[in-house]
Amino acid sequence: MEIFGVPTALLGSQLLVGLINGSFYAILSLGLAIIFGLLNIINFCHGAQYMMGAFVAWIALTRFGISYWVALIAAPLIVGIVGVLIERLMLRRLYKLDHLYGLLLTFGLALIFEGIFRDQFGISGESYEVPELLSGGVNLGFMFLPIYRGWVIVASLTVCFGTWYMIERTKLGAYLRAGTENSAMVQALGINVPLLITFTYGYGVALAAFAGVLAAPIFQVNPLMGSNLIIVVFAVVVIGGMGSIMGSILTGLGLGLIEGLTKVFYPEASSVVVFVIMVIVLLVRPAGLFGKS
Amino acid sequence: MNAPASFAESKLPLLLGVLFVLGLIAPFAVYPTFLMKILCYGLFACAFNLLLGFAGLLSFGHAAFLGTAGYVCGLMVRDLGVTPELGILSGTLAAGLLGWLFGWLAIKRTGIYFAMITLALAQMVFFLAIQIQATGGEDGLQGVPRGNLFGVIDLSNNLAMYYLVFAIFCVGFFIIYRTIHSPFGQILKAIRENEPRAISLGYDVSKFKLIAFVISAALAGTAGATKTLVFQLASLSDVHWHASGEVVLMTLLGGLGTILGPLVGAATIVALQTQLADSVGSWVTVIMGTIFVLCVLSFRRGIVGELQALIKRSGVN
Repeated sequence: MEIFGVPTALLGSQLLVGLINGSFYAILSLGLAIIFGLLNIINFCHGAQYMMGAFVAWIALTRFGISYWVALIAAPLIVGIVGVLIERLMLRRLYKLDHLYGLLLTFGLALIFEGIFRDQFGISGESYEVPELLSGGVNLGFMFLPIYRGWVIVASLTVCFGTWYMIERTKLGAYLRAGTENSAMVQALGINVPLLITFTYGYGVALAAFAGVLAAPIFQVNPLMGSNLIIVVFAVVVIGGMGSIMGSILTGLGLGLIEGLTKVFYPEASSVVVFVIMVIVLLVRPAGLFGKS
Repeated sequence: MNAPASFAESKLPLLLGVLFVLGLIAPFAVYPTFLMKILCYGLFACAFNLLLGFAGLLSFGHAAFLGTAGYVCGLMVRDLGVTPELGILSGTLAAGLLGWLFGWLAIKRTGIYFAMITLALAQMVFFLAIQIQATGGEDGLQGVPRGNLFGVIDLSNNLAMYYLVFAIFCVGFFIIYRTIHSPFGQILKAIRENEPRAISLGYDVSKFKLIAFVISAALAGTAGATKTLVFQLASLSDVHWHASGEVVLMTLLGGLGTILGPLVGAATIVALQTQLADSVGSWVTVIMGTIFVLCVLSFRRGIVGELQALIKRSGVN
């Protein structure tokens, strides 16, 4: 079977890779968007926190024999707590300054985290075994689907849409949205905004770490795994605009798919296609696809 | 982002004169290659500071200009056999053109988006540099000859090379100095302080930002091209986002928006890296990150900024 002269098995597997990358883009850009919404900073160490999530899972398994399922909850918690400390001890001092200082601070933190993990674990990368329950695959007729990859897509989409639901449909989410619009007013209404900010940052960071645990069995667990990914995610965020939660999720998924398709039809361009799309979007709709200008 | 102390400002020509003389005699006291590295990064940081310190635009993609100019200069000199001065000029031109393109795209957004767009565009250049044959991929361009300046002066002599680099730095520094102290520079500061007001006064803000971006990119290119000649190598690490981060750190540490800060910052960082590379190995990144965090949290004026504040205080009393 062929579509446009490309075997469907190849097309299918590249679309699957695209969808997986897209889920990671979605979950990471979602985290960046909710942090940006309330804190007005771009969390440059988001990639490092994603990497730390993967490493916490790997260390837990290889040193302590803690299973994947526990790590899936524990790693985001641990990295999220580190995030909370960062917010309380450092970011908090910068809110009154130019927002660019937040970017610079988190950039410095990213260098520190990456450097420490590189010193401890080298750059060759460690492999993390797929948990037994999710190993193997199913034949879908037109292509072979490894179960773990299917799980990654389902799990990340569940978390993305769960987050969307929490922000758009619950009381906590209403506070958060109100805080994004006018935090002084929300504070005046008796809501503890500083606590809300801490929680938001911790949650955004935990999302990154969760993506890291999901990624651990697919990619090599490597100290540099986050840094190249995060720049693509920045481009995703510029394309989508950070104004909308659903916008970040859809843009992330869509760009992953486009990247996958590019790998089939014009592989040389696959590493730059997201950036090219960013340029086009900037020319046509500078505020981003879902952005408010 | 503070108004420079008037005392420091009035003594600036004298200070620059002293530094100029020091620059002339320095290669007899210090290893010239080390000095050349400082001057190249110093010019790079000064060019970056023109944009961030005086126009308030944080570009996180300046490595693209440093690296591209390095490649262009290296290819011109090594493969086409042009003289070094033409190599540096072509590198500068290439970086300026690239800067015009980047600037045109990036100034469509402001603030944090501006930083992310420049970073993403620079990453695109990085990926292209890996893939294109001409750049030598991971190996970079090796064996770039220094050649003869104007076809006459042999630059393989380290001292001759040093004085060329020093002259280039001085010219670049002068261009930046003049830009900052011109009416154009005043308008840039006005845009930095209050963009809507600058617009309402009738200034074409986008045009001013774009010109500043092009000047900054071109001079960053001059630094990159010169660096290629000094080390006879154009490497992939010069286009990597680490290099973009490094120049931010140099500027921040030295003093954002001060005339001499970027040079001081560049000298400090280059000296630190040279010292630390042997003793601590891969901890260099951690130390750089720590300096970054400390600068942002409690040393935002930078070395020169703090000194200026100190002089101002003692001048008042």
